[in-house]
Amino acid sequence: MASFFDIKARKAAAANGSSVAKGDDKKQNTRRQPWVEKYRPKTLNDVTAQDHTVNVLQRTLQASNLPHMLFYGPPGTGKTSTILALAKELYGPEMIKSRVLELNASDERGISIVREKVKDFARMQLTNPPPGYKSRYPCPPFKIIILDEADSMTQDAQSALRRTMETYSKITRFCLICNYVTRIIDPLASRCSKFRFKSLDQGNAKRRLEEIAEKEGVDLEDGAVDALIKCSDGDLRKAITYLQSAARLVGAIEKEDGGESTDDAMDVDRKTVSVAIVQDIAGVIPEDTIVSLQKAMQPRSAGATYQAVAKVVEDMVADGWSATQVVTQLYHSVLQDETIPDIQKNKITLVFSEVDKRLLDGADEHLSILDLALRISNILSGKG
Amino acid sequence: MALIVDKHRPRSLDQLTYHGELSDRLRSLAQSGDFPHLLVYGPSGAGKKTRIVATLKELYGPGVEKIKIDARVFQTSSSRKLEFNIVTSVYHLEITPSDVGNYDRVVVQDLLKEVAQTQQVDQSARQKFKVVVINEADHLTRDAQAALRRTMEKYSPNLRLILLANSTANIIAPIRSRTLLVRVAAPSIQEITTVLAESAKKEGWPAAAGLHKRIALESGRNLRRALLMYEAVHAQNEKITDDTPIPPPDWEALIGQIAKEIMEEHSPSRILQVRAKLYDLLTHCIPPTTILKTLTFKLIALIDDDLKYDVIKWSAFYEHRVRTGTKVIFHLEAFVAKFMRIFEMYLMQMDM
Repeated sequence: MASFFDIKARKAAAANGSSVAKGDDKKQNTRRQPWVEKYRPKTLNDVTAQDHTVNVLQRTLQASNLPHMLFYGPPGTGKTSTILALAKELYGPEMIKSRVLELNASDERGISIVREKVKDFARMQLTNPPPGYKSRYPCPPFKIIILDEADSMTQDAQSALRRTMETYSKITRFCLICNYVTRIIDPLASRCSKFRFKSLDQGNAKRRLEEIAEKEGVDLEDGAVDALIKCSDGDLRKAITYLQSAARLVGAIEKEDGGESTDDAMDVDRKTVSVAIVQDIAGVIPEDTIVSLQKAMQPRSAGATYQAVAKVVEDMVADGWSATQVVTQLYHSVLQDETIPDIQKNKITLVFSEVDKRLLDGADEHLSILDLALRISNILSGKG
Repeated sequence: MALIVDKHRPRSLDQLTYHGELSDRLRSLAQSGDFPHLLVYGPSGAGKKTRIVATLKELYGPGVEKIKIDARVFQTSSSRKLEFNIVTSVYHLEITPSDVGNYDRVVVQDLLKEVAQTQQVDQSARQKFKVVVINEADHLTRDAQAALRRTMEKYSPNLRLILLANSTANIIAPIRSRTLLVRVAAPSIQEITTVLAESAKKEGWPAAAGLHKRIALESGRNLRRALLMYEAVHAQNEKITDDTPIPPPDWEALIGQIAKEIMEEHSPSRILQVRAKLYDLLTHCIPPTTILKTLTFKLIALIDDDLKYDVIKWSAFYEHRVRTGTKVIFHLEAFVAKFMRIFEMYLMQMDM
C-alpha cells in the first residue's frame, strides 16, 4: 500500500489513541524526528522560562481576545514555540488549519505575496467550528497570521502590511516574530504589543535538558549539562540539538563496539554523554590549543614572537577551527586573564572588535587571526 | 585518463585513510536511521567532499554513484530566467547555489521546497528522506540562509541537508544551531606522505620517501594539492629520485618574482612595473586573496623580524579592503606601496 494512505490511517489512529501496533508505528516516526520538534512545548504552560509573556498570554487566552503581537529575542528562546502553542490551545487540532497562516522566510514574502496571500487570508470570513468543539477549545472569532522571521522581510513588504493590519483587525490578528526589533519598521511596531523573550537562564535550561535526557534514556556525565549550556549561550534549541547529536554518537558507536546486542534496554544503559563529546560537537576549541596560542603571544623579542605565533596559527587554520570560534574563545580567556592590566585590555578589545567585523565581511581567516594574535602580543609587550 | 586525484579517491568510508574516528562517527550516524542535518567544514583539500560522498554511499548503497546533470530554469520575482545545474541521483541532489550569485535565495526556496514536499516513492529505498548537498554554503547570501531555517525544521521527515563550507564564520547562527557540526581537519604531513606512497604503489611508480615528504611540506597540508603536485612531478620527469625538484605553479613563481622586485627598489616606477605583473595574475583568474596572502608570506620570509608585525597588520587590512571594495587592483597596489614605505622608513631609522 502506498505510504500516503498509511499516514492518514496512522493519524486517525493516533487521534483516537488506539491500537498498539499503530502506536508502535508512530513511535518510530517520532524517533526519527529532531528532538527540537518532538519536545516543542504543546501548551503555554510547557514554555520554559518566559514567565512574563506566558502570564500575559494566559490571561488573553481566558479573555479570548488578543492584540497584534510582536515577539522578539535571541534565537532559541521559544518565540515560535510560544505562538504555536498558543494557537494550538486556542483552536485545537481541527480548526488550526483554517484559522492560522504561518509564513516564514522560506516562503516568498515579497510585496506581491503580502498583497495577495496575506490579504486574501486576512479578509476571509471565519468558518464556524463544528458543534461541541467550542466547549473544548475557546475558538475565538479571529484568525492568526504568523509572520516568522519578520526581520528578513523587505521594508516595502512591511509597509504594505500596515493598512492590512488595521482594516481586517476585526477578524484577523497578526503575530510578527523576529530576532532584531530594530529591523521592523516603526509603523508596524507601534501597532503591536511587544513581547521580549530573554535568553534562558541556567536553571531553566538545565531542568529542561535533564528532562529530555531522562525521557530519551540518555545518561549524562556530571557537568555535561553545564557544558551544553555553556556551549549554547542560552539558546535552548542549540542545546537540544547538541544533546541529540551527542546521544546519537555515543549510542550508535557503543552499539557497534558491544557486538550484536540489539536489545534496546541494554544499550540504553551504556549511553553516557561526556563533556568532551559535547564540546567536540559544539565545535569548541580544546583549552590547550587556546592556551598555546596565548603562550605564544607572550612578549618576547619580536622575531621569536612572530615565529611562535605563526606556527600556532597555521596549525589552527589547518585543523579547520573556525575563526569566529577562535575569536570568541580567545576573547574570553584574555578578558579573564588577570595579569593583563586594564588599560591593555581596553586596547585589546578594540582589536577584537575590528577583527570580528573583518571576519563578518568575509576576510581571509588565516591573515585575520594572525593579525589579531600579533597585535595582541604587541599590546601586551607595551608597544601598541 | 583520469587524474590520480580522482582515480584514487576513496569511494567508501572504509577506504578513507585518515581521521578514522570521524569516519566511524559518520558511519554510525548513517546507520542509526535518524540522520541529522550536517554542516561539514574544514580547509580545502582536507577531504570534506570525499567523506560526504562516502557517507551517502553508506546511507543509500551504490545507487548514489549513478549521477546525472540536470539543467533547471528558475524564474525570479522580476521574471528573469536563471539557468542552474543540479547534479542528481535517485537519492540525492547536489547544488552550488553561489553559481547564481544574488539569486540563490530563489533557488533555495523553490528547489528545496519541491524536494521536501515530495515523498520517496521507491518503497525499497533504505531511507525515507532525500539528501541535498549544498556546496560552498559559506557563500550563500543572508537571505538564502534565512530561507533555509524553517525549511530545515518543517520538512525534516523528507529532507536532510548537508552543507559544505570552508569556515563557519559566514553561516548565520540559526543555521549553525540546527545542524550537527562536523570538522574535517587537514591531514598531517605524515598522513599525506602515507597517501602519496599508496598512490605511487597503485600507479607502479617507484617510491621516493624524501620526495613525498617534501611534497607534503610544500602542499601546506592540502591533500588535493599534494596529489596534483605529485602527478605534475611525474609528468615532467622521466626518472624520479628523492631530490627531484618540485616545480612551483607558474603563478607562485611570478609572485615570488614580484616579491623580489619589491624588495630591490622602492620607487613609483617599480610600482608601475609590479602593477603590470599583478594585472597579469588577475587576468589569469588567480583570486586576489591568494595573491595577497602568497605575496605577504614571501615578503615575510625576506624581511627583518621587527617589520613582520607591521606587514601582517597592513596585509590583513588590505585583504579586508579587497573583500569589501569593488576594484581589486587598487588595494593590491596600495599594499605594495605601503610595504615599500614601511620598509624605507625602517631602513632610514637604521641609518640614523
